[in-house]
Order: sequence, then C-alpha cells, then structure tokens
Amino acid sequence: MSSDGPAQTDLGFTDPNPTLGPKYGPVKAIAIPIVSVLLAFAVGGILIYFQGVNPFTAYRVLFESALGDSDGLLRVMQKSTPLIFTGLAVVVGLRVGLFNIGAQGQLTVAAIGAAWAGYHFDLPTVVHLTFALGFGMLCGAAWASIAGVLRAYRNVSEVITTIMLNSIAIALVDYLASRTFKEPDQPISRTPLISDSAALATFGVIPSGFVIALIVSLFFGWFLIRTTEGFRFNTVGLNPNAARYAGISVKRTIVLAMAVSGALAGMGGAVETMGVVGRFEPAFNAGLGFDGITIALLARANPIATIPAAILVGILRTGANSLQFETGIEPEVVDVILALTLLFVAAPIVSRYIFRINAKRKSKSKGRS
Amino acid sequence: MDDELVLEVTGLTKRFPGVIANEDVSLTVHKGEIVALLGENGAGKSTLVKMIYGLYRPDEGEIRIKGESVRLNGPREAIRRGVGMVHQHFQLVPVFTVAENVILGDEPRKLSFIERRKAVKEVTALAAKHGMAVDPKALVRDLPVGAQQRVEILKALYRQADILIMDEPTAVLTPQETDELLKVMKGFAASGVAVIFITHKLREVLAIADKIEVLRGGKVVGTTTPSETDQGKLAQMMVGRSVLLSVDKSVASPKEIVLDVVGLSSDNDIGLPAIRNVDLRVRSGEIVGIAGVEGNGQRELVEALTGIRKSTATKFTINDENAIGASPHKIHGMHVGHVPEDREKDGLVGQYSIANNMVLNRFDEPEFSRRGIRNMDAVNSLATKLVKDFDVRTPSIKTPANSLSGGNKQKVVIARELSANPSLLVASQPTRGVDVGSIEFIHSQIISARDSGAAVLLVSAELDEVLGLSDRILVMYDGQIVAELEGANPDRAEIGRLMAGGHAVVAEDSSHG
Repeated sequence: MSSDGPAQTDLGFTDPNPTLGPKYGPVKAIAIPIVSVLLAFAVGGILIYFQGVNPFTAYRVLFESALGDSDGLLRVMQKSTPLIFTGLAVVVGLRVGLFNIGAQGQLTVAAIGAAWAGYHFDLPTVVHLTFALGFGMLCGAAWASIAGVLRAYRNVSEVITTIMLNSIAIALVDYLASRTFKEPDQPISRTPLISDSAALATFGVIPSGFVIALIVSLFFGWFLIRTTEGFRFNTVGLNPNAARYAGISVKRTIVLAMAVSGALAGMGGAVETMGVVGRFEPAFNAGLGFDGITIALLARANPIATIPAAILVGILRTGANSLQFETGIEPEVVDVILALTLLFVAAPIVSRYIFRINAKRKSKSKGRS
Repeated sequence: MDDELVLEVTGLTKRFPGVIANEDVSLTVHKGEIVALLGENGAGKSTLVKMIYGLYRPDEGEIRIKGESVRLNGPREAIRRGVGMVHQHFQLVPVFTVAENVILGDEPRKLSFIERRKAVKEVTALAAKHGMAVDPKALVRDLPVGAQQRVEILKALYRQADILIMDEPTAVLTPQETDELLKVMKGFAASGVAVIFITHKLREVLAIADKIEVLRGGKVVGTTTPSETDQGKLAQMMVGRSVLLSVDKSVASPKEIVLDVVGLSSDNDIGLPAIRNVDLRVRSGEIVGIAGVEGNGQRELVEALTGIRKSTATKFTINDENAIGASPHKIHGMHVGHVPEDREKDGLVGQYSIANNMVLNRFDEPEFSRRGIRNMDAVNSLATKLVKDFDVRTPSIKTPANSLSGGNKQKVVIARELSANPSLLVASQPTRGVDVGSIEFIHSQIISARDSGAAVLLVSAELDEVLGLSDRILVMYDGQIVAELEGANPDRAEIGRLMAGGHAVVAEDSSHG
C-alpha cells in the first residue's frame, strides 16, 4: 500500500523501487518468502500423499538427489545459472514497468548465436570466450530490442510482442539448427560442438557460468540503486509522466532497458551453450525463460533476491527427475509447488495471518479528510 | 430554514491506530440548513461525514437522525434514513446514461424489467425541480465534470435524501460551475433539504453557509455564521494562527525579456488545435498571470513552453536562446523551472523519498553524480536544507512523497524547482488543493523568486490567485490570449467577462490574438 506511511526508505543502500506487492520491513521481506515456500511444500505434500506416497519420503528424495552429493550440487548450479539470468532479465524489465515475457525467445536466439560463434571460429581462449558470450548477449539484446522499439515508438504492448517473438524465435532456431548451422552428416538437428576455446570451465562442483551469474546479479543490485541510469530506470517504471516532466527520455530508457533485459536473457542462453550443453540443440533450453518470470516475481523484482529464488527453482527442477524415477510421482508436482509459492508471496494472505498485520492499519492514513 | 432538527451528533470520537481522527465532535443540522465543515487537510472533516454516512462506525458518541438514535451498519442504512452523499471522486458508470446512473441500484421495475421510459421521465422531472440542467439520455463519459457532479447529486435526491453531504464539491469545478452549484445548493435548502458541505474555500463558505463548523486536529474548534465572521477570522480558526490572505508584495521592477514567444501554436491530445498564435513575453522580475476558464488552452500552453508538447512558433526563445523543438531536458537546461498542474501525476514519484524527489530533474548533474554514480550525500544534504527552508512538514527526508499532505507535496515540488534558481518559472495551479497555511507560504516563495530576478509565468484557475500575485494579467480564451491587463487593481468583473469569451472593451486589447 502506497499510503502505508513512512516505513519505506530509499536512500543509500536501500532500494528506491519496491515494485511488487505491499511493502515490508527487512525481516518480513525475508520471512514471507520462506514461510510461503514452506506452506507451498505443505500443500504439495498433501497432493503427494493422495498419490499414495509418503510426502516426507518424496521430499527427502527430492532434496537428497539435488543436494546430497557433488553430482547433485553441480547439476543444481548448472540448472540455476541460466535461471538467474532470465530472472534478472525479467527483473530489469519490471523496474522500467515492462513485462518481458520474451526471455525464452531471447535466450534461445542467444544460445544458437553463441553456439555459432563457438564452433565457427578458432580464437585464443580468452578472446573466444568473450566473443561468444558477447555475441550471445548481442543476439538476445537485438531480439528484445524489436519489442523495445515497438513499445517506445509505436506504443505496442511488449507483453504481446515478446510472446509473438518467442514463437518466431523457436521457429527461427529450428530452421537454423536444421539447415544453416546444422552439424553435417547427422540425423538430428543440432549445431556442431563448440571449440574448447569457447567452453566455459567448471571448477570442482562450481561452473564458472554460475560465478558470472552471481557477479552480474550483484552488479545489477548496485546498478539499480546507485547509478544515475538505474535511477532513470526506476523513475520511468514508477511514474513515466513524472520522468518525462523531469527531462528523462522515456523512449530512450525503454529501448535501453529492453536491450539490457534481452542481453541478460541472452547471457543465460550463451552460458548454457558454452558451459553445459556444448552446442545448440533445440528443446534443451525449454522453460528457462518462463521460469525466469516466476523467479523475478518471487524475488519481487530485486536483483539480489533473484539468486536464492533461482537456486530454489534449480533445486526443485533438478530433484523433480529423481522424484519421478524413485517414487513414480509426476515431476509436475514441482510446478504446483512453485505456483503455490508464488501465490503465497504475491497474495497478502501469508503476511496477514502469519504476521497479524491489522487490516485496519491500512486505512489509517486514508481515514482522515 | 426550519427549526426542526434532522441530524444531531454528540460526542463523536473515531480513532485510527496512532491517530485520533475525530475527538468529541458535536454537531446539529436543521431542516433546510446549509452547514459548512471547514478545515485544513487532515482536520477530520471526511471522517466525520463518513460516520454520518455509515462508512465508518464511531468509537464513541451518538448519531441521531430525525430524532432517532442510530447505529449505522453501512451506507445502505444511511440512505434509507434519507442521508445522501456526493463523493469527491465520482462513483458513476461512464458508459451508462445519466438516467441509468441515477436509478442504478434503485430501478423502477415492472415484472423485473427496468422501466427505462419511466426512469428518464423521473430523472427529467427531478432535475427540473431543482433547476439542474442535464440530459438524462446523455452518456456520463461524454459529460463535463460539472455535469457529472449534477448526476451524483441527482442520485442522492432520487433516493429521497433530505440530508445531503457534499465532500469538497467545488474542488473540481470552474468558477462558473461553482457559482451554478452554489445556486443549486441554495435551492435545496429552500426546498427543505439539509446540506452538509466540506470545503476549504473561505469565499464559498461565507457566500452560502447558514452555519460554519471549523475543525482542526479532529475537533470542532468553533461554530459561527457568515454574518459574525470574515475570511481572516475563519482562516485563523482553521490554521490556529493568523494568516495573510491577501498577497503582500512590492511593486515589480521588470528587467530584460526572458521568455519571448511569437506565434506559438499547438494541438491538444486528440490532435485538434489547442493554442493558436500566442504571443507572450515575460521579463525578469515580473509575474505574468494567465487567467481563464480551465480547458481554454492553458495546459497546452504550459506544456509547449516546457517542451513536453510539440508546438510550432515563429519565435520561441528563453534568454535569447532558441527553444523551438527543444526537449524537456534541454529546456530545463535553459534554467526553466516548472511546477506542473498535476503534481501527483507529473511532478512527483510517489514511492520515492522526499530526497529523491527533490533532485528528480537534477539527479544527473555533476553536483549529484560522478561518472554515472549517484552522490547520495549531496542529495541528502540538499534535501535536508530544502525541507527546512521550504517548511516541508515531514518526519524525515526519507519519507515517501505520497505519504505527505497535498500542501507539503506541493512544497516539495516548489522547493525543487526554485532551488535551481530558475531564470524562468512556469507555475501551473501552484496552490490547487493546498491548505490555507501552505498557500500563503507558496505565494511568498513565488514572489521572492520574482524579487530575486526570476521571470514567472503563473497559470491558475483561481481568479483570486491570478489577481493577487500577478504584475500583469493575460486572459486566455479558446486557445488565444484575448486581453492584457496591467495595473495594480484590474477589474474583476471585466476579467470574468473576458474569460467567458466576451470581447475587451479597452481598445488596446484588441491587438492581441
């Protein structure tokens, strides 16, 4: 509630733009998502129970397979890496008041772009890594910019254009992977393997892509709060009219933010290609962009909170396969848990009942003439 | 006025967590009486009427309607007992006709079909009875604000309200519409309807109220009648100290031309010509006021001058620098300050702190940022200083702007625009919705900006404000400047006539527009 009184501060290190949902102090901001996740697991447990499986067994399987050994940990981090990027992509959009549904398309285009840059060239390692990663980001940025320009100059809703661009991207990369960039003499549509010089290394259980994702998240946490450009983003997102009156070019900011958002999703795709898959193969990236939306909402548009949100989704997605394998439960139960978590975070139900926020208090500042 | 008591409120108290909105408030209203509730924002006027209308339940005290002690469980019950309320923000269905809106929820029915013809007839008769011009078949969304308000009033009357509550009914009206409304309200009283109206405009209170209740800090601090009081006394009661109502300013000493505009034209939002061939000059050290009924191109003029709206002109310079086609950013860089008409929508980012709002158009200047990184220390120290200098009442500079009162929000905007020492200040409706104490302060700030050499262009729908502040007055009608009046005491009636589209009688004025 915007009229809730002077609880919100935005100076120095705190965030000027609490984009989503009601405002809480720091304790509640951390406690509410945790409580929401636990509640979602409880409800998910009931569903599991009705499938004839002991929910505690099921959850033990899920978490043990994801976190129990180094293989699991590696897979969780690999899984979380592109999710952090797509989550960030959606977060940056939300800050500027844009709902980028197109992270999936931007990621896919970037994944094949990075694959091409990875196998087609032979360069010294550092140059090649930078080039392939940069080229992937460029592909994602360009793809998102179509929607950004249409929004800024033609006022076409980015929700619609990014959804359409997702479909176009999937058709485009299918075509490229089966024709132009196809690995010769192979029955399946996929690109050749990237050169070793373009492959992102893994150190023990820590993929370097994951480290990059953490650094980029921290950078955006700082960028949105401390830089003038970040201030422009937030201002345009919170009140485009006031931004225009204050001399900020809203059009330029929208185009730039959409390009940045696309570059982030693109980084996710490039890192996936260069660090995990090693080439582009359609269907390998399915769902990463859409999970990004869930993650961004779960993190309430906070770049730092994107990290734990993405890891949570990474754990669930990693564990879901073992869950099916060992207990026969459909892995979709994980989607139900995620959806419930989001519902509990977004709806003020949890905060009302757990923290007994008095509904009357909300009318306090409105109550006087 | 009759002696019959229709509403009696005794010892009403309403608490919200942390605030006592009303404390021991007592009030009596007689049949056919017009009672004005006067007070600053936050004085508790709205809370009081919301209890009478059943929207809030009092913590203590008693409400008696027509002699009967009541505990209202909601507006429906209040309506049943003859209490009607016209809200400040209209509660109408835009795509319905006037008649449909009026009968909504209380439709004349035959075999569960709505009798439309009967509805139109009843609404027509009701409007005619109270002298309100309104077409029952018109769609509400096509009506001007004044007419929409008449629909709201008809809704209450249709439900046989004989105690009519009006929450700041004149806040959204033009001066002409206001006069008309006041006439209609007098008509209600004459026909036996009791009217309770909330306002903070002193002139209206004195013009039509039978009784004035002044609220401050949730309590009734005085009850009086227009014959016993005057504007000064009322303002003092409202604010709790003496208030300067007339603007105190010295004679202007205009110097060089700052804003020079020849042949400025611009379109409105739907692409029709809004201003045509406007010539305008504002000099350093003078306040030029633009009087006019709202909607005659003032908004478009201000937006064209500040670069927000596209315009064409033969000449448009600020301090001899060409400003034709310049962006808002560029015009701001020419030392132009802009107080926009709608501060909530265009002037502030509500969720941002006061500090961030204080630098909303300067955050990227070297003083507040270095190599793209914001210097929050500089922002905070400027904000701390401005909050003090401009008397912004706030617990902290970190408080979000939208939790401030209207007057304090406007002080933030004024502080921001004046702290950059603009050579041109364009101020649009600078005191709209602002309480008396803040109006006085904002006026004195505008005058001191003038005295320190700023050129000021003032646009206001409040004729009193234009008359009080301006050194020179331009009257705008239908997108053109139709007259220019100079001198200390322009003729109020003459300006009113010009605003309504009458031609100037003074020969020299015909050269304009």
